[in-house]
Amino acid sequence: MTIIIDTPERLDTTTDAVSVDGVTRIFSARKRGAADVVALSDVSLTVHAGEFVSLIGPSGCGKSTLLRQIADLDQPDAGSVSVFGKTARRARLDQDYGIAFQQAGLLPWRTVSQNIALPLQMHRERGLDVAARVRELIELVGLGDFADRYPDQLSGGMQQRVAIARSLARNPKLLLMDEPFGALDEMTRERMQSELLRICGETGAAVVFVTHSIPEAVFLSHRVVVMSPRPGRVKEVVVMERAGAPVGSDAVRDDAAFFRGVTAVREALHDGAAAGQGVENR
Amino acid sequence: MSTRSRSLLFSSATGIAGVALLAVLWEGYKALGPAEGLRIGAVEGERGSGVMVLPRTDDVAMPHLIDMLVRLLEPVSSSAADTPLWLAVVQAASLSLGIALCGLAIGLVVGTVLAVAMQRVRIVESAVLPLVILSQTVPLIALAPLVRSWGARIEIGEFEWQNWMSVAVIAAYLAFFPIAVGMLRGLQSPSAVDVELMDSLASGWWSTLVRLRLPAAVPYLVPALKLAGASAVVGTVVAEVSVGLPGGIGRMIMEFAGFVSSDPAKVWAPITGALLLGLVVAGLVALAGLPLNRFRRTELAS
Amino acid sequence: MTAATAVPSAPVVARRRGLPPALASALPPLVLVVVALLLWELAVRALEIPAFLLPAPSAIGAEFARLTPQIVEASVATGTNALLGLVISAVVAVLLAIAASGARVVDGMLAPVVVALAVVPIAAVAPVFYIMFGSSSETGRVIVVAIAVFVPVFVNALRGLRQVSPVHRELLRALNITGWRAVRTVTVPTALPFVFTGLRQASSLAVISALVSEYFGGPKTGIGSQITTAASGSNYAQAWAFVLGAIVTGLAFYLVTLALERVVSRHRPSP
Repeated sequence: MTIIIDTPERLDTTTDAVSVDGVTRIFSARKRGAADVVALSDVSLTVHAGEFVSLIGPSGCGKSTLLRQIADLDQPDAGSVSVFGKTARRARLDQDYGIAFQQAGLLPWRTVSQNIALPLQMHRERGLDVAARVRELIELVGLGDFADRYPDQLSGGMQQRVAIARSLARNPKLLLMDEPFGALDEMTRERMQSELLRICGETGAAVVFVTHSIPEAVFLSHRVVVMSPRPGRVKEVVVMERAGAPVGSDAVRDDAAFFRGVTAVREALHDGAAAGQGVENR
Repeated sequence: MSTRSRSLLFSSATGIAGVALLAVLWEGYKALGPAEGLRIGAVEGERGSGVMVLPRTDDVAMPHLIDMLVRLLEPVSSSAADTPLWLAVVQAASLSLGIALCGLAIGLVVGTVLAVAMQRVRIVESAVLPLVILSQTVPLIALAPLVRSWGARIEIGEFEWQNWMSVAVIAAYLAFFPIAVGMLRGLQSPSAVDVELMDSLASGWWSTLVRLRLPAAVPYLVPALKLAGASAVVGTVVAEVSVGLPGGIGRMIMEFAGFVSSDPAKVWAPITGALLLGLVVAGLVALAGLPLNRFRRTELAS
Repeated sequence: MTAATAVPSAPVVARRRGLPPALASALPPLVLVVVALLLWELAVRALEIPAFLLPAPSAIGAEFARLTPQIVEASVATGTNALLGLVISAVVAVLLAIAASGARVVDGMLAPVVVALAVVPIAAVAPVFYIMFGSSSETGRVIVVAIAVFVPVFVNALRGLRQVSPVHRELLRALNITGWRAVRTVTVPTALPFVFTGLRQASSLAVISALVSEYFGGPKTGIGSQITTAASGSNYAQAWAFVLGAIVTGLAFYLVTLALERVVSRHRPSP
């Protein structure tokens, strides 16, 4: 299946997709006497156009918070975030990114196609055939027979595909994904990972992907950003080798490079002093 | 026979049996109960002393059910040319129905606007919501006789305040509370994920309201509307009595109660009408809710 | 796979430092009430609003102070009817709920009655009760209250009775406890908090029904009768003072039943 998607002129592809510079985010304590929580401390990160970057780390390391800064769903206390050279807010208002959460977050009273159409209805583009675009997206995520179903009639994996189709609706050059496959069973999860890589290959979008799973991060990413908690900061950035089996194919999972990547990320997560192959120390 | 239709048959059969049992109790007590009722603590030779705990059973206090039904078919007054009683009751109930629906509509609009304001502005919620909840616990209907004094005394230009408007205002007053509270809970019901999704789509306040919050509020609105419908009916009937609005079912109850000694079965006709009015409004509200079922998928499926 | 990271929800409520939370949440409505009363007073004076439309709060307050004994007396009369009706209804509703939870036939027979009672204006039946029990009797009002509050108490009691957990049910079977003893040892204690939730919901309805039934005739003892009398005599501030008395009575009923509910629901999963 090939979907022809026009290369948008509106973006300068040489600009970095995301540039996070010295971002700090502190949540003030709710209860009196409790200490404030430093969710992010002086975090910097660059994501190039078309690059797939995963954020990984234990609970509370601020990876979701970092994603929310990029999406402008939350604002940093210090530092700055720019998306395609604009402020995060401007990028959100211009709809330069698509986002998917761990919960599919579909509106239960809308059918699959109506859910996917939501971003298109919200900001009407002149001359855009919404129905045709929705059909295209439904095909892209392989839900052709389910266009008129309601979310409660779909499995968790199918709901998540709808959410991904929705995030792709406006053909964004940046995808933000917060553990989108976290609630899926392992088999569905692996299939979704392959499909995501295929879709990214077709659209050329950069991706910032939050995950708890080391294999998932290694399988998907060009670079894996390993974060540590209290205070949330970037511990290491591990660059993946992309040799051997074709990117996105299941053969990658049996590849020696894949295992080396897994080991490298695991060591980085567990304070592994011995920097493995392809590890970029900071 | 399918399980579903069998359980429907069961509930209809038992339901009819339940209503029939009430009729049997009525006639049974009338046949067997003490003719003068039962008083506790009555002083010998002193009429009306003590507390009456069981009603009298004579034909004035408790007419036969069949007499009530037959009376409905006869003319309102002794002159044979008069409209039949059932028709007069239906006409009166229709007038009350119109007023109750009018009150319900006003209540819906006011309640919704207030709920949206409370959702939008936090300080409004923290100031108004406790009062709205508190006001549901106090008998605001006590104000009904006071609104009576408004009739025909307010004039704004061409506009003259009508008595039926006083009744509608009270009905609306009672109807708006459940709607405001239910609607607010509904508007606040979308999860953080849903709200963030709308934010990520650069959705404005209005767009989020229309596309997310209002549809999400429907499962909360429908039961609130049922409550509001019942409240509007109570408000209408009570206000008709206190305002003294002629033509409605509330007023007819008071009027016919005066005929009790000469025509005891007639008293029951408008009361039946009031009970029917409540059922009709509940039915209409349920009907109006049907097109909204699309927004109640998750609720109805469970 | 670990659970999702807890993301702090977006709007962080600004805390009023230095104020205890109860006061902090009571402050805005109190301020609103005071402001509304002041505006009301000012409007009545400045715009010379006639008393039939809206008397000034100060006038109502003065009448309330002057008529306190009468207002208390009338509130007690209405409150007694409400209380009697509430208690009678609670007993009947709980017994019927036990029967309905035990036998599907009873449940089915009660269903249409409960549905109908929830939507019909019960107060409208008051006139025939005055006929059946005599127009000088308060019994009719008590019965109106009892019928009106039946639905919330019954519905909550039934929900509570059905709440008995399977574990407890199996425990009873294992201990060979059946019939009324089973009801007493596990079912009633489980259902009790629900019954009191029903009573709390019914409390305001009880006062409202007692008051409204007075609008339909009967002895001129209660607060509803006093409101009608004062209003028809054009003593508007006086009528409003009685309305204030009715509000206090309604609040008292609500707060007492709320306190009872809290006491009964201690150490139990809240309904």
